Amino acid sequence: MTLKEILRKTFDNGYNFAFLDEGAKREIRRKILKAVAIPGYQTPFGSRELPIARGWGTGGLQITLSIIGTGDTLKVIDQGCDGSVNAVNIKKFIGRVTGVKTTTDTNKASIIQTRHRVPEEIMTEDQILILQVPYPEALRTVEPEETETRRMHAEADYSRMWLYLYEDIVRFGEISIGARYPVAVNGRYIMDPSPIPRWDIPKLDRADTLYLFGAGREKRIYAVPPHTEVKPLEFEDYLFRVEDFGDARCRRCGSCDTFLDEIIDDETGKRFYQCSDTDYCDRRTVDGTGS
Amino acid sequence: MAPVLKLKNITRLFGKGCPSCLESTGPDADTNVCSHCGTVVACACVSLDLYHDEILGIMGESGSGKSTLLKTLHFDIAVSSGEIYFENCADINLLTMSPFEKRRIRNFEMGIVYQNPHLGLKMEVSSGGNVAEKLLMAGWKNIDKTRKRSRSLLRETEFPVGRMDEPPKNLSGGEQQRVQIARALSSNPKVLFLDEMTTGLDLSVQARILDMLRSLQKRFHVSMIVVSHDLGVIRLLAQRTAVMKYGRVVELGLTDQILEDPRHPYTQLLVNSEL
Ligand SMILES: Nc1ncnc2c1ncn2[C@@H]1O[C@H](COP(=O)(O)OP(=O)(O)OP(=O)(O)O)[C@@H](O)[C@H]1O
Ligand SMILES: [Mg+2]
Ligand SMILES: [Zn+2]
Repeated sequence: MTLKEILRKTFDNGYNFAFLDEGAKREIRRKILKAVAIPGYQTPFGSRELPIARGWGTGGLQITLSIIGTGDTLKVIDQGCDGSVNAVNIKKFIGRVTGVKTTTDTNKASIIQTRHRVPEEIMTEDQILILQVPYPEALRTVEPEETETRRMHAEADYSRMWLYLYEDIVRFGEISIGARYPVAVNGRYIMDPSPIPRWDIPKLDRADTLYLFGAGREKRIYAVPPHTEVKPLEFEDYLFRVEDFGDARCRRCGSCDTFLDEIIDDETGKRFYQCSDTDYCDRRTVDGTGS
Repeated sequence: MAPVLKLKNITRLFGKGCPSCLESTGPDADTNVCSHCGTVVACACVSLDLYHDEILGIMGESGSGKSTLLKTLHFDIAVSSGEIYFENCADINLLTMSPFEKRRIRNFEMGIVYQNPHLGLKMEVSSGGNVAEKLLMAGWKNIDKTRKRSRSLLRETEFPVGRMDEPPKNLSGGEQQRVQIARALSSNPKVLFLDEMTTGLDLSVQARILDMLRSLQKRFHVSMIVVSHDLGVIRLLAQRTAVMKYGRVVELGLTDQILEDPRHPYTQLLVNSEL
């Protein structure tokens, strides 16, 4: 499809390209630039109304709509899965208002919008990962007041977060945080990486890819630019660890080095494991790399 | 020798203030409320020096401004005017520093024990965690070392260390004060502020805590400002004492001299009423 055709199509539908008006997109792009300039810092933005309820990825969606161009190829995943209703709906919507190509193949996508996972495939500098964020404030667990958390960030006053981890260790013998594991970005801001599993945290560190985070309900955008240090909070004697699946393997592709979902067969009641990243698993299965 | 801490004209008003606030309040006016504008002059023109290894007492009746003064020194509340100098930051008025620098000085050079443990402790966090917090602020990243240090501080304050993982809300008043002291000392501060820390505790606990404080003062080489309206506490701890009334220091001198031979009529009244 040519640019002209796309424009005609979207204007015929009564929408601007990528649904948002140019002013809104410009504002969001400005906020993205600010977020990139201050890694890990939450930039407020004027969240727009979208034909999707807040809390269903509208933050990520607005970022995608603001940066997507006709030459992009889009992939949308929800908890690693291209086929989930949510991912499919968002992908359809963006496809309809932009006309861009969509894909399920991580390698072929230039923009990936995701919820709760980072793809297994190591992403490149030509790709952008957009994460949907329900709760952008990593310090909310220790401080309910927004003005106070802002002050804590401004002054890098993070002892209460460390105290929270100390208490966790005293109580449970380890840091019990699963998803939303707090990270320090560029040695400065503590950031909520969105509810990705601990497994995905190391992928944020000094990556080639630009990571953008959008929280629609809370109207915040933040970013981890390429090659930025992202360190999970940890103690020398209680180190950060990713999830351990023991000797479990993916039932489909046989993988033992991916993040696995535990699934219980409804009929037999048997437990088994399967790659949470369905695209990665599919391609390994087709390749015959799997068992 | 230069003082550790030097206060110059510390003044704190509660209210909008007017040009007559200072002259219409104080011991001579017999009030701390401005008759023109109703502002409370909680403390005014307080200038004091605190020296190395010294325990300076502050006494005075209820409402004389003792707690307000301590809170301004610890940056808990702002001053209306005045200057604070600290030996490690010579020539810089601490009150002109950024919140970030103030917090650093408060965390590493100062410690405070409040009369009300709820002000000084996080009641839901373990006692050891309360002590560890300042160490974590200082960037300690080793749980084992942090716990060892917290435990040894709690032991110094004669806290039952077996209970260090319990939250202060489970503890007695005396035990809570011990946790506050351990916390206050954890960063090896230069100065310690103690506000009525034994008020409300029974006499034997009070005596043990005061003894313990005296020995800690020597071992940690920390200078202290001790606020109390209990002359017994002042007599036992303080080498020098300031007497406050309606926000002003009305008498300052060696504790023995002040208690044996008070000059200011108000001090005479205070001392005599205790006999
Ligand atoms: N937040 C406030 N708003 C208004 N007035 C205040 C406030 N805090 C203190 N004051 C007033 O300032 C004066 C000094 O209070 P402060 O608590 O410093 O007295 P104190 O000497 O510590 O008394 P006590 O021995 O009872 O603890 C009092 O008149 C008090 O009512
Ligand atoms: Mg008081
Ligand atoms: Zn007045």
